[in-house]
Amino acid sequence: MTAETSIGTVGRKRQRRQTLLMEGVAVVVIALLLIFAMPALLSGFRLNLLGRFLALAIVALGIDLIWGYTGLLSLGHGIFFALGGYALAMHLQLRTAEGLPDFFTLYGVEELPWFWQPFHSFPFAVVAVILVPSLVAGLFGYLVFRNRIRGVYFSILTQAALLVFFNFFNGQQELINGTNGLKTDTTEIFGVTVGSSQGQLVFYVLTVPLLIATYALCRWLTSGRFGRLLIALRDDESRVRFSGYNPTAFKTLVFAVSGGIAGVGGALYTVQSGIISPAAMEIAFSIEMVIWVAVGGRATLIGGILGALVVNFAKTFLSDQYPEVWLFFLGALFLLVVTILPEGVLGWLRSQGVKQMLGKSKKVSTYSSLEQNPEEERERENTEN
Amino acid sequence: MSEKILETKNLTVNFDGFKALNQLNFSMDVGELRVVIGANGAGKTTFLDAITGKVQPTQGKALFQGKDLRGLSEHGIALGGIGRKFQTPRVYLNLTVRENLDLACNRHKNVFSTLFGRSSSSERRTVAGLLETIDLVAKAELSAELLSHGEKQRLEIGMLVAQSPELLLVDEPVAGLTDEETASVAELLLALAESHSIMVIEHDMEFVRQIARQVTVLHEGAVLCEGSMEEVQNDPRVIEVYLGEPPERDRELPSVG
Repeated sequence: MTAETSIGTVGRKRQRRQTLLMEGVAVVVIALLLIFAMPALLSGFRLNLLGRFLALAIVALGIDLIWGYTGLLSLGHGIFFALGGYALAMHLQLRTAEGLPDFFTLYGVEELPWFWQPFHSFPFAVVAVILVPSLVAGLFGYLVFRNRIRGVYFSILTQAALLVFFNFFNGQQELINGTNGLKTDTTEIFGVTVGSSQGQLVFYVLTVPLLIATYALCRWLTSGRFGRLLIALRDDESRVRFSGYNPTAFKTLVFAVSGGIAGVGGALYTVQSGIISPAAMEIAFSIEMVIWVAVGGRATLIGGILGALVVNFAKTFLSDQYPEVWLFFLGALFLLVVTILPEGVLGWLRSQGVKQMLGKSKKVSTYSSLEQNPEEERERENTEN
Repeated sequence: MSEKILETKNLTVNFDGFKALNQLNFSMDVGELRVVIGANGAGKTTFLDAITGKVQPTQGKALFQGKDLRGLSEHGIALGGIGRKFQTPRVYLNLTVRENLDLACNRHKNVFSTLFGRSSSSERRTVAGLLETIDLVAKAELSAELLSHGEKQRLEIGMLVAQSPELLLVDEPVAGLTDEETASVAELLLALAESHSIMVIEHDMEFVRQIARQVTVLHEGAVLCEGSMEEVQNDPRVIEVYLGEPPERDRELPSVG
């Protein structure tokens, strides 16, 4: 028996290593295509769009990590996106301006606010892009998860937090230029103007490895014991609790990581779109992030990336051609995914693929009557607090 | 006194004026297999909730190996050595049987050792052994949602044992099982009782007869009587509570409560 099991384990290990290798090769090929082929094939404008959407794909990975795997639906990731964007934009502003950035003089501010000071340093700004959003996410997450706020209530709280941040940033002209936001395209970094075609190419190329690094990070987090624990948290949190794990710690960590990822995406998006403003914290944008993942397929990672790219290219195309149709299209897309493809495009492809491999639809051998036992349902609800 | 694995003293849980547990005094020895029975609403599940930290007692306390459990979190109590099985099978449906056991078996349950650690060979051996104990070797790589109800019950009991607790609290392990499955769960519990202290809460009298040595009857949040199955069955108070009739009318308990 034990011999059989160990043979099985070795076989599985080898198979896993092979799949991992194949995946690695695929990723490298795609990365090379993106870095070398795309700049030659696409116009500067299109390439810039692609770079921006790849930055958004990074955000989508973070959303998939918490929603697809851990079951936390955040409607407030705009906060972390914007914090990352602001962190980098503040550094760029300071770098370029002689003395104070221009907008301060408009509001009669004569001294640089204290929290701007450390952003003179480039390394600090880079660290802040990741750390500020993840600390904010970690703190918010800790307070919410400790009080066992879950499900819809969690989503509502994230949206409320988003509104608080949105209003705060909008109102603070003297601190961060309020509604107008911070521009980056006229700023300079290492002697290159950020908005120039040369600068944009650099940021595009930079986005690709960062996307891959984020993907690798998420793959690592979602495989192995930790990843299985995330799934367990999604499926039955109180079972996890009674098995001796502290769910608060796990959820806080994964939410903070997701916030940091959104920050990186936000920073890369900012330099490629030329501005960061409180508009990044509009409610609709954060919901769009969720839709990318829903369309692509939850808990697939790749689905999040594809969803972000496809939805955003569709958005550009449709809002070019029929500006008034876009929002209807987005709504219809969401309805379609929820009603017909609840597992997203990739999830659907995968389940179909499994069926074809087995040659038939898989049979579920549970007692369906027990699954829907009202007593069982009630107990589940009762133990979920 | 130190030989008691679990003891409660005047344990009271008050839900807005309704006393689910009322001055409950209970004790259980190390290595004992105890069955707790009681009619609906007798406070059986609240009793488990109060021990495992899901509900904090209004008054009194529960002692586990002499340690007061008040104020501890659920996961703290679980780490301390009390494993709890829920009434309905609660397993992670999207993970395989082996992964379910592996998560429960993890010796270091804080965030970072779960993130960076790998299952040790002793943990893998434990899991392999447990798969045999609960008779699910053939289905180890299947996702748990494909198991039957009875297999899920066995898996959850296995997950409980994987935590290597001192005390197992098992809430109605045979609800909704066929006779055959019931017998296999009974066998499993008896086998586990050789190395663990187990408290089983059950309705099913047939099952209780199969496993019971010492039985405690709860009624309205307090202990009504205690003794062997024989004694309990013939106790006039128990018969009255169960049947709501004077004892001389009927001397048999219903076979399924």
